[in-house]
Amino acid sequence: MSSSLTPDAPVFAAKTTGGRITDFVDQRVGGSGILREFGRKVFPDHWSFMFGEVALYSFVILLLSGTFLTFFFDPSMAETHYAGSYTPLTNVEMSVAYSSSLDISFDVRGGMFMRQVHHWSALLFVASVSVHMLRVFFTGAFRKPRELNWVVGSVLLILSMAAGFTGYSLPDDLLSGNGLRIIDGVIKSIPVVGTYISFFLFGGEFPGTMIISRLYTLHILLVPALILLMIVMHLFMVVVHKHTQYPGPGRNDGNVVGYPLGPVYAAKAGGFFFIVFGVVAIMAAFFTINPIWNYGPYDPSPVSAGTQPDWYIGFVDGALRLMPGTIGDWKVEQIWFGHMFTFNVLLPALVPAGILFTVMFAYPWIERWITKDNREHHVLDRPRNAPTRTAIGMAGFVWYCVMWAAAGSDLIATHFHVALNDVTYWLRALFFIGPVIAFIVTKRVALALQRKDREIALHGRETGRIVRLPHGEFIEVHAPLDEYKRYMLVGFESPAPLPAVPNDHGVVDRKEKLRAKLSRWFFEDRVAPASPAELEAAHGHHGVHEAVEAAESQKTLSH
Amino acid sequence: MGNHSDGSPSHSGTVATAGQNEVEKFQDPGIPPHRLRLADTDPRAAKKAERQVALLFGISVVGTLIFLVSYFAIDLGNDSSIATIRLQNALLGTGTAFAMLGIGTGIVHWAKALMPDHEVSEERHAIRTEDDRQAAVRIVDDIVEETGIKRRPLIRNTLLGAVALAPLPALAIFGDLGPRPDNTLAHTMWAPGPDGKLKRLARDPDGTPIKAADVTIGSAFHVIPEGLNELTEGKLNEKAKSVVLLMRLNPEELHPSPERADWAYNGIVAYSKICTHVGCPVALYEQQTHHLLCPCHQSTFDLTQQCKVIFGPASRPLPQLPIAVDSEGYLVATSDFHEPVGPTYWEREQHVLIPNS
Repeated sequence: MSSSLTPDAPVFAAKTTGGRITDFVDQRVGGSGILREFGRKVFPDHWSFMFGEVALYSFVILLLSGTFLTFFFDPSMAETHYAGSYTPLTNVEMSVAYSSSLDISFDVRGGMFMRQVHHWSALLFVASVSVHMLRVFFTGAFRKPRELNWVVGSVLLILSMAAGFTGYSLPDDLLSGNGLRIIDGVIKSIPVVGTYISFFLFGGEFPGTMIISRLYTLHILLVPALILLMIVMHLFMVVVHKHTQYPGPGRNDGNVVGYPLGPVYAAKAGGFFFIVFGVVAIMAAFFTINPIWNYGPYDPSPVSAGTQPDWYIGFVDGALRLMPGTIGDWKVEQIWFGHMFTFNVLLPALVPAGILFTVMFAYPWIERWITKDNREHHVLDRPRNAPTRTAIGMAGFVWYCVMWAAAGSDLIATHFHVALNDVTYWLRALFFIGPVIAFIVTKRVALALQRKDREIALHGRETGRIVRLPHGEFIEVHAPLDEYKRYMLVGFESPAPLPAVPNDHGVVDRKEKLRAKLSRWFFEDRVAPASPAELEAAHGHHGVHEAVEAAESQKTLSH
Repeated sequence: MGNHSDGSPSHSGTVATAGQNEVEKFQDPGIPPHRLRLADTDPRAAKKAERQVALLFGISVVGTLIFLVSYFAIDLGNDSSIATIRLQNALLGTGTAFAMLGIGTGIVHWAKALMPDHEVSEERHAIRTEDDRQAAVRIVDDIVEETGIKRRPLIRNTLLGAVALAPLPALAIFGDLGPRPDNTLAHTMWAPGPDGKLKRLARDPDGTPIKAADVTIGSAFHVIPEGLNELTEGKLNEKAKSVVLLMRLNPEELHPSPERADWAYNGIVAYSKICTHVGCPVALYEQQTHHLLCPCHQSTFDLTQQCKVIFGPASRPLPQLPIAVDSEGYLVATSDFHEPVGPTYWEREQHVLIPNS
């Protein structure tokens, strides 16, 4: 910088017009420095890293298609009589919001397409955020230094659901109106302030004349602004942390191995935006989503059977269905001190979602406390190499899925010709035992996969070639791995339980005892990575013959 | 096969643990040697990939043209049929899909087949260095010192107080988002008019009154109060509270409690259609079993037991509307519901009338 100020320094002069424009801008914004920093920044590559990209790109598509829709949508609940070109609803009394949604669908060229693109990408947005978070969880990418980015991601998940729900309600059709009715019922169950919140939200009694325009403001202004803010924070931290990478030869916590941003990674990621857009366009072209013209305008009296919320609200709706309102003749709803405690609504609406999100937000700190692991982690865990974490994740996932399935209990019943009541009873049971089974099964599967990795690392890959030895015995020939493939299978950490450590006063307090207990629970079942000595020993065996069976019987499970 | 340990001290010596036995671990062999692709060694393969990329970009151009043609060539007109809309939607989508996928797959193919695929390794740097931390602490100390906030607690405390109170108007200003609930939820349109005229039960949605003679055994009517359709304001609000299901059973199948003995007429009963769970319309009537089912969350109510909950998440029976027949033979409500309809709310108990009052 300082040298350019001295009069005799050679001054760069661009030769082409483009060059001169670039130089003009560069001198004023310092683009060269930015490019120098980021132009060749290395990004690791893996298919599972694309979920976050899908989320980002579907949000961009949402902004584009949503802006188009706002030019035609009128969020008014004033009454009107439909005069558009969809004849089955001609002259039907409806709100202006519903009428303008029909106009977008039937009288604006490409309006139907944009509505479909918008709704499909909204579903895809929440789905990709969710799957991205599952990927981050199961690979342990939330560990230091990325705990805060995990929190930002969790906030984004909640915001994406809020964006989805506020948008879902806007057309003021029968289906979404019933959804709002349910929300109103849930709000009213809140002790002390519920009735007031309901009246303040709807501007009076349900449904009132305000809710659509209020949701509209939230949907097109507040929520997207917050999402954008969170995305900026999220990506900023990705740059600060640099991306995580999967384990493998040449990859460790001190480096980042991958492709440079320019040109390969930028091309792949940039091209992927167009692919996501293309796939959304195919869905919008051929798969009808939210056919509001079939539902009719909102009316508090009719409802269609088999009603479903958008998928991401399903788990709350399912929890509402699972909760019994009466147990025998005992009412779950209670009157205490002359006031209503609507536990049959309050508990299922708040508790499961509350537990899921609380554990989700807190998990990085929970695991950090149990493991006392304060190191930075940039190399991901393969899910099998963290069996307890993977099992916890699957338990939560199954719990979510049971509730989600419950939101379709009536469809399950009609589709499989079983009694609706039985479906509900089974799902109620699964609500409690499903996560437990998932935990146990997942942990066993993860340990089994680790053992399989060990065996492959030590004895090579099964070739399927059976050879008869001179003395008549049949063996299967195993092909040894090269050192890179082997390192994939052995290059992981397998921490042992951390016993309780006395504090500064030489005392093991109760909290530390609990931590030690949890640490044992976390790490007691473990399979250590194969070591070079073991490989040596295994090769010795190969000289004689395959001794897998014998080795196995000696090393039975020790618990 | 597995060297499996429960982690007890007696076993820990036999297992390679992280950081404990570094020597026993396999050494990282480093990034695997780069393998050339066909396009790296064979110019013809590279040329072929180049043509493929160009073809994909060409497909994108075709997609854009499909979009433009179907946008301008298909006339929605004034009475476009669903089929026209569907055709245009499919063509617009197909055009967009080709336009986008052509560019996307073209670029990705270009990147994967022709751009260098050498993996490179870059060092990570400390997110925070100790040097930076110390400098930051010094700066913050200087700033705090220069403000003098530690030396002047009066300023600090008054500022904290002011800042704590300042957001209150921002909350208060939302006070007009809605009216106070008061007891609006306790009343519906079914209450007799000011002149004591009882409200007739009318068909939903056309509003024609229902004669008791029209209600045959086994039939069910969706009912609104007479005069609802004539409301100019708050029609949906009133409807959301006052919709009723009317059914006729054999009188001996009903088992009314003594105080509700005169709430039915000749086996005809009327119950609120708004679910006591979270307010969906209880729209399904099972004629054989006399069960009412809410399609949203499957709460099931038994008509023969005064709509007691027999399954599902609802806790309370559906409120019953007391009905009778007027001089012209039309069904009328003899009073409003004796309790608030719909989902439970905090103040509900205060809005329940004493039976038969």
